[in-house]
Amino acid sequence: MQLPSGGDTIQELTVEELRAKVGTGMEIEDAEEHLLLSMGPQHPSTHGVLRLLLELDGENVVNMAPDIGFLHTGVEKNMEAKTYTKALVMTDRLDYLSPMSNNLGYILAVEKLLGVEATPRAQVIRVILTELARVSSHLVWLGTHALDLAAMSVFLYCFREREYILDLFEMCSGQRMMVSYFRPGGLWRDIPEEFEPAVREFLKFMPARIADYEALTKRNPIWLARTKDIGVVDADAAVAWGMTGPSLRGSGVNWDIRKAQPYCGYEEYDFDVPVATEGDVYARYLCRMEEMKQSLRIIEQALNKLPNGPVNIDDRKIVPPPRAELGRSMEAVIHHFKLWTEGFTAPAGYVYQSIESPRGEFACYLRGDGGPKPARCHFRTPSYVHLASLPHMSKGRFVADVVSIIGSVDIVLGEIDR
Amino acid sequence: MTQDQLVVDKIKATYPDAIEEVVDFRGERTLIIQPDKLKAVCQSLRDDADLQYDFLSDIVGDDYLPDFPRFAVSYHLYSIPKNHRLRLRVWVEDPDEGPETVATVWAIATWLEMEVYDLMGIRFQGNGSLRRLFLPEDWQGHPLRKDYPLGYEEVQFSFNWQEIDARKPYAKD
Repeated sequence: MQLPSGGDTIQELTVEELRAKVGTGMEIEDAEEHLLLSMGPQHPSTHGVLRLLLELDGENVVNMAPDIGFLHTGVEKNMEAKTYTKALVMTDRLDYLSPMSNNLGYILAVEKLLGVEATPRAQVIRVILTELARVSSHLVWLGTHALDLAAMSVFLYCFREREYILDLFEMCSGQRMMVSYFRPGGLWRDIPEEFEPAVREFLKFMPARIADYEALTKRNPIWLARTKDIGVVDADAAVAWGMTGPSLRGSGVNWDIRKAQPYCGYEEYDFDVPVATEGDVYARYLCRMEEMKQSLRIIEQALNKLPNGPVNIDDRKIVPPPRAELGRSMEAVIHHFKLWTEGFTAPAGYVYQSIESPRGEFACYLRGDGGPKPARCHFRTPSYVHLASLPHMSKGRFVADVVSIIGSVDIVLGEIDR
Repeated sequence: MTQDQLVVDKIKATYPDAIEEVVDFRGERTLIIQPDKLKAVCQSLRDDADLQYDFLSDIVGDDYLPDFPRFAVSYHLYSIPKNHRLRLRVWVEDPDEGPETVATVWAIATWLEMEVYDLMGIRFQGNGSLRRLFLPEDWQGHPLRKDYPLGYEEVQFSFNWQEIDARKPYAKD
């Protein structure tokens, strides 16, 4: 194989030199006979800038190593230089398909560290918005997954509905994607009046749309051929490899953090946790499709019980006063100034808060040192952990199956590289 | 008996001096473990029928500069059958001789330790996969350490140009 520059050929290198060159630390079984192929970092079916180094024997994958870091932006380090409130904007950029979930994970960690709890109204709004984010994230997953498997039209329909959800987000937060809507102690501001009718409208047309997607995929022979019995993980392996969310439940382990360790009052909602037992790509697909329907159920219940009242806690040391108060109250001016310059302080100690994001367990480890900035903020992101199980699912499969396996664990490179 | 207490009793029964300290904060239990006992404790936590910590959620490296020991590594465990979370924590005096890898207990540990090594520079003993993961192979330093600057560059003036230039880390000549 002739390289474009330099003129050295891969065959002339020893395995040690080759390993140093590809930089992934992968064990290469037979460099003489097998073909080494870089899939990505610019490849449409790796869902971002992911590079997979494949060792191929003909069409079969002998070994695989993920190579990441192309999108590394030092989110965790940057957060250490910002106040707790200002660091929030960094979390939008982790999993850019469901910023609401990231906001929630971080904000719950901050609130746990401070020892405060949001008001009932704020909690219900948080549930509505994170469930909407789950639906929108699953829509992107389904659209791109179908696109990878050559079903072009599903993508167009999914993005039509996703656009509607993004409009709902814009209605609340002024932003389609980088919302930063949840704040320590509550929300940025209350939801507007037109939000509730718009969500009800969404609940009305969405079940039929999900049925449409299922009609396009669920019993489609091409879809079945590309997803059934591919990327099989049994329950024990899935747990050992740290898989979470729909990817874990596709292997028959019934663990949903919303049920097991509820946050934001999830224990008050009536919903089912879909579980499939086959552990293949198709089982994970079934779980996610069913999850969308369950999310709609949760949103409907939440809308029906949405209580009145303030959306922010009444603690001026954490939540800035409303703008209207600044003209009348000296204390309000002081609190406003202090919160937007110095920020609030959090006690010394460390907490770990997990939530069920669309992809799985999203967790935030947060350490405070008594100052206004986090001393250490770490995110446990489901995509990063799922990446480690890719080689195990792909070994012995065709290259074309790798595409379908990547789609089935639903990775987002923003939260892998952070 | 609560699960929190059961864990402590079980470990004390098997390894009497493994727990250095028990910390409770915001309803989370943290056990500070002696580094050389960590792997054995992890193994027993996973295999004990009453505990079954079968899921390793995360490994986090933390830097307490200027304290000594400077580094701490937290292991966030979860038991799916018992629905209980637990944090184990070890203090690391020398980052080049970090705690032993727990990859034989939970397979995912190798991957999680790789991240801690790349960004915090804690070398887990027995993990043969430690390498640059997020950062380029020739990167110097470990960015999440507290003594690693965040985009900071010393400003040069005409009177100290040479002096500061001499210690700037870029290729000269």
